[in-house]
Amino acid sequence: MTVKNKGISRRNFLKGLGAGSAAMLLPSALPAVASSSETEEIATLLDISKCIGCGECVRGCSEVNESKYPEPKKPFPVMYPTSRVEVEDWSDKRDVDDRLTPYNWLFIQSAEVEYNGTLHEINIPRRCLHCQNPPCANLCPWGAAAKQKNGITRIFDNVCLGGAKCRTVCPWHIPQRQTGVGLYMRLLPKFGGNGVMYKCDRCYNRIAEGQQPACIEVCPENVQTIGPRSEILAKAHELADKNGWFIYGEEENGGTNTIYVSPVPFDLLNRAIDKGAGKPGLQPVADSMADEETLATAVAIAPLAGIAAGIIKAGHYLSSSAKGKNNE
Amino acid sequence: MSNIIFARLFKITVFFIALTGAAQMPVFKRYYISDIPGLGWLADFYLTNKIHYALGAVLIFMVMYLATEYILSKRNTLQLSRCGVVRASLFAAVIFTGVFRVIKNLPYVTMDPLTVMMIDWTHLSFAILLGITALTALIRGRSSYFEEGRVERKL
Ligand code: SF4
Ligand code: SF4
Ligand code: SF4
Repeated sequence: MTVKNKGISRRNFLKGLGAGSAAMLLPSALPAVASSSETEEIATLLDISKCIGCGECVRGCSEVNESKYPEPKKPFPVMYPTSRVEVEDWSDKRDVDDRLTPYNWLFIQSAEVEYNGTLHEINIPRRCLHCQNPPCANLCPWGAAAKQKNGITRIFDNVCLGGAKCRTVCPWHIPQRQTGVGLYMRLLPKFGGNGVMYKCDRCYNRIAEGQQPACIEVCPENVQTIGPRSEILAKAHELADKNGWFIYGEEENGGTNTIYVSPVPFDLLNRAIDKGAGKPGLQPVADSMADEETLATAVAIAPLAGIAAGIIKAGHYLSSSAKGKNNE
Repeated sequence: MSNIIFARLFKITVFFIALTGAAQMPVFKRYYISDIPGLGWLADFYLTNKIHYALGAVLIFMVMYLATEYILSKRNTLQLSRCGVVRASLFAAVIFTGVFRVIKNLPYVTMDPLTVMMIDWTHLSFAILLGITALTALIRGRSSYFEEGRVERKL
């Protein structure tokens, strides 16, 4: 467990500027982000060849999003059955920054990989990938998660009950739970729910104001670029083609709004990185919702088929009763 | 297909659709139900969701078949009971909101988060209401959707 360096505060810098004036100071980045949100999903490009693992982005994320972090009250309600329901409490471990937690939505994965005779030291900023068809949101039974038109998948902390289904169905198990907060506390805290799930919301509020996500803005190496998905993909392919690099996130889980480009293949990276709870892999991921898409066709055809069958049945019935009458 | 077999298939479909629907909430694992041998699949969100979709299609087919047949040929001879009207409307509401859920999950559809929440909440509420009404009807022995005796009088 590493400890966050809280020394350098960009928050005060941003606070000093105020949201409005800060937005005015960043004219170049703004039109792209703002205009694209109207027409196309926005995506981010992460050129991980540039990342030096300094952790500025991780700290930047914490600083601008701290106000969104949970403030649970203890003691937590007893949750039944106690043998099965686990308390997940990160409120005393807010400084953990080597994995995803409710208080850390971004962390840096590191790997040393030998590829084509060269040793590469690779750092990979990891957070929610903002899938284009996010199973975390699609399968939430409670409507607490949804994708915005601009491609940001959000979990609404005032609605979420903390059942953690989103984490189970997410191919990277990204959302993280904090017990003892949220709506379930006002419903049946003993018998249903277990807190609220948290993850990167891609600084939706900053994007809405025409600002960049904090992790992008503070990065000294310009690892990330944000823009309309088609442009981001074009850039990713340009980099990949020019340098013989690799892409992750374009097809994974049916396509995500986070595109990584890497000088080494992702299967090598996936093998080299430390994986586990809160530490997602870089494995190949098939489209989780593909079968549902196929089944949706059946749902679309079903009413027509039903009506057709009903007409046939009624036709039989009417003609036989008409025959009956004629015979009388 | 005889009416008895159809009715039985209908009941089985409704039972499994309710079960897989309930399985969308993370409760079966919490309450050890999926630990019962043979019920492990109830904790598989993807599997139960796919079954729910497939049975949804079957249910819509059956309901549209019944509704069409009823409107075309039996409307004048068979009267829906009050409890039948309530349950048929609830069925319609559950199916309607369910279809919206299917639509919102399509990759090329993005609905406003508040709309998504409303769809989920109404689907869940109507399903629970339908469950309660169906149980009440069963307990009170009024499981038929139609007025009793009406058929004989008319025919
Ligand atoms: S701030 Fe930039 S260089 Fe530093 S760890 Fe984050 S992405 Fe890498
Ligand atoms: S990466 Fe996981 S949490 Fe993020 S949008 Fe995709 S499914 Fe949801
Ligand atoms: S986009 Fe915002 S919330 Fe997401 S990791 Fe970056 S700073 Fe954190």
